[in-house]
Amino acid sequence: MATHSSLRRTALAVAALAAIAYPLVTGSSGSFLTIVWAKALPVLGIILLLQAGQVSFGHAMFFAVGAYTIGFIGRAMAGGDLALLLPAAALASLLAGLVIGVFVVRYRYIFFGMLNLAFSMVLFSMLDKFIHITGGSDGLRIARPAVLGAAMERSDYETVLYYVSLAILALALYGGARFLDSPLGHALKAIKSNETRVEYLGISARLVLLVAYVASAVLAGVGGALVGAVQGIATPDYAYWVRSGEFVFVAILGGTGHVAGALAGAFVYEFIRSAAAAYVGDTWQMTLGIVLLAVILFAPRGIVGMAAELWGRITSASARHGAASPEAAPDAASARDARPLRIVGGGR
Amino acid sequence: MSHIIILAVLDGIAYGSLVFLVAVGLTLVFGVMRILNVAHGSFYALGAYAAASLGLGLTALGLSPWLSYPLFVVAAAAVGVVVGGALERLLLQRIYRHEEALQLLVTFAVFMILDNAQRLIWGVQPYFYSEPLRLLGNVSVAGITYTAYQVVFLPLVAIAVLVALRLFLRHTLAGAVIVAVTEDREAATAIGVDARRVFLITFIIGTTLASLGGALAAPTTSILPGMGADMIVLSFAVAATAGLGQIEGTAVAALAIGLGRSFAVFFAPELEVLMPYLIMVLVLLVRPEGLFGKATARKI
Amino acid sequence: MNALISVRDIAIRFGGVVAADGVSLDVFAGDHLAIIGPNGAGKTTFLNICTGYLKPQRGTVQFKGRDILGSSPRAITRLGIARAFQIPQLFLEQTVRENMLIAAASAARRFAPFARLADIPERGDVESLLALVDCADVADRKAGELPEGKRKLVDIALALALKPEVLLMDEPTSGVASSEKFAIMDTLVAALKERAVTAVFVEHDMEMVSRYANRVAVWSAGTISRQGPPAEILNDPEVVRTVIGG
Repeated sequence: MATHSSLRRTALAVAALAAIAYPLVTGSSGSFLTIVWAKALPVLGIILLLQAGQVSFGHAMFFAVGAYTIGFIGRAMAGGDLALLLPAAALASLLAGLVIGVFVVRYRYIFFGMLNLAFSMVLFSMLDKFIHITGGSDGLRIARPAVLGAAMERSDYETVLYYVSLAILALALYGGARFLDSPLGHALKAIKSNETRVEYLGISARLVLLVAYVASAVLAGVGGALVGAVQGIATPDYAYWVRSGEFVFVAILGGTGHVAGALAGAFVYEFIRSAAAAYVGDTWQMTLGIVLLAVILFAPRGIVGMAAELWGRITSASARHGAASPEAAPDAASARDARPLRIVGGGR
Repeated sequence: MSHIIILAVLDGIAYGSLVFLVAVGLTLVFGVMRILNVAHGSFYALGAYAAASLGLGLTALGLSPWLSYPLFVVAAAAVGVVVGGALERLLLQRIYRHEEALQLLVTFAVFMILDNAQRLIWGVQPYFYSEPLRLLGNVSVAGITYTAYQVVFLPLVAIAVLVALRLFLRHTLAGAVIVAVTEDREAATAIGVDARRVFLITFIIGTTLASLGGALAAPTTSILPGMGADMIVLSFAVAATAGLGQIEGTAVAALAIGLGRSFAVFFAPELEVLMPYLIMVLVLLVRPEGLFGKATARKI
Repeated sequence: MNALISVRDIAIRFGGVVAADGVSLDVFAGDHLAIIGPNGAGKTTFLNICTGYLKPQRGTVQFKGRDILGSSPRAITRLGIARAFQIPQLFLEQTVRENMLIAAASAARRFAPFARLADIPERGDVESLLALVDCADVADRKAGELPEGKRKLVDIALALALKPEVLLMDEPTSGVASSEKFAIMDTLVAALKERAVTAVFVEHDMEMVSRYANRVAVWSAGTISRQGPPAEILNDPEVVRTVIGG
């Protein structure tokens, strides 16, 4: 057990160092990894909600709120400052999440998913229609802001965005893991298995879900602001249902049993997308759909779940020379056959 | 002023009729199978594209455009039986026992696939096929001229579907079996009802209704990618307003939302898109189980 | 003596079935009140009404003189009425210990978003409660993996972790192996007395009633037909005929 967690800690430290060193070694940060860090944020938000068994098909709306917030403020303040824009995006998405959340946390499952979708469709069409404010389908240009008062060259700015995104993601993953291990986080998971009992313990399931919902909205909003900053533009597509679906997709792909699923999913997803876009550009959405079905039906615990299983097999094999644990293995196998599929695996 | 009101009412009726066809399919599938088919809107879009393609084919072959009416029904049934049937058999049957979030995800994945498939088959350019609209001519209602297709034919089809569904579910054996499965699946299975078959048939009826809605909508609108996404949300708003699973209630909600939307078009255009959701949100705030739904408490 | 819970003239029907019609019942501090009666008579419905899960069509429910009819189960739980269920209501995907810690955290209102659940100061109480209901050995297993009897006991322990003034139990030991149920009930009832918890339990097993109740109420045909000390009620020929013998 001790070697297990220290090995894991070492792997984590190596990965963190690699991420920090990447721009220094290659001399350019590129935008690929920045996008990965940024997009992992809304995915983390989706994973939080999935702990309570709830799927949102509309979280792109908060993504758009974040991006348009920095666009509007940047336009009003001749660029503005990144140190102001990001907190403003967080605040705006927090407020949006609170207003919409107060309504949607009254509902579960189908209603929760579809009401989120409905709200995002409304926002999408408003962004598309109010051309004089939002620029319509051409989008809203996001000028390069100053950073702590200093005007930035393009490449320096990209490096700053890289590290800012990485730092925010690291903080969010750590905070997310801590949250899920807290009484509130456990109450959130309890909602999924027995909301009646949650209430009979004197806990407001709605309030617990609202906390998670607002957190997920802020994560999505900050993610949207960062992606907007990288791409220099916010378009109504930021709020479109396909993007909401993408977040859910990446969460399922990465694995919803652990916050690391957000990072693993986002990385693999962006990697495949950049590699495959040239070949399957026209059928990208279809490919996503098919892979999503395959993951749900055949690997419901996602990348992190599969990695954990593989890791478990390797460690137990080396420890016991291949002799499987006499009681656990057949149990687990039969349980897998008998039990309905679950999207949220065990662990935290 | 009164002209505008009449125009808004006529618009609302025409629109509500189409939305009813789609929403009643969604609510029927949910009522029986307890699954919300997120891909339901895709069937609406598939129906529209199939109808327009067949109609344009008629024109190209120089056949009578009157044939387009039976062809619409054929197109809708073909989409429902082939695509809907295949979806139920190959995919949905695997997930009935699984948790709700997962069922939603599966139909959402199907939605992504079908939405993309439409763009591959029919491209992104809009399709127009308004021949059936012109064939039926115009009618004059209180001094307002409107197409007979929209204010007479579509409402008649909607009413016919409502009556037929009622008769089917209340007065035929097959309908009684479906109702039995809806009310108590285990008991129905215990007395020998083949729930698998009931689910397949229900799903085919539901998706056929969605594609019929699309086929009948085809002459009244330009057919574009994205229409399926709009329709799933709208028909969900209608079904949720009525109370999921409520067939007659869906007709009332479709009419209310159709009228609400058309009045918004004339009197508060910026609210047009918002109106259906506004109605749904207001109804759900007061009655979370919808206008006609029954609240159910879990047994503890 | 003032009643802790005072139910007056409640009536509720489901469709054509009358579950309660003019039921009045007092629960006094320190009571160990057993409610007995034929199956389907509405005893569970009574618990549902007292905890706000169901609303009767008529009548009043008061807790310490305060009207609680119309309050939610959550609000009523917060007032100090905890409930254990006939069908155990647990968080099946979480461990038994986590189940208990959530309850303890709720009772102590510990909801700091980044504090570890496993480190809350009440964790010692949780361990002793688990030992009390003989579930310490399964603390690290998921609640969903437990046999029915163990689930029942964890369900009761969850309610106790809320430190209630009143504990409502619905057939507390149905499903528990008969070889151990008296041993567990002995400790449980002793613990209830030690903590001055008033208890109401719906029960079918007359041996349980005679051993652990100080008062018995007979629920029959939608009303409380008799109430009194167990020795008197359990030997009443009418009660024997309708409830026990039937």
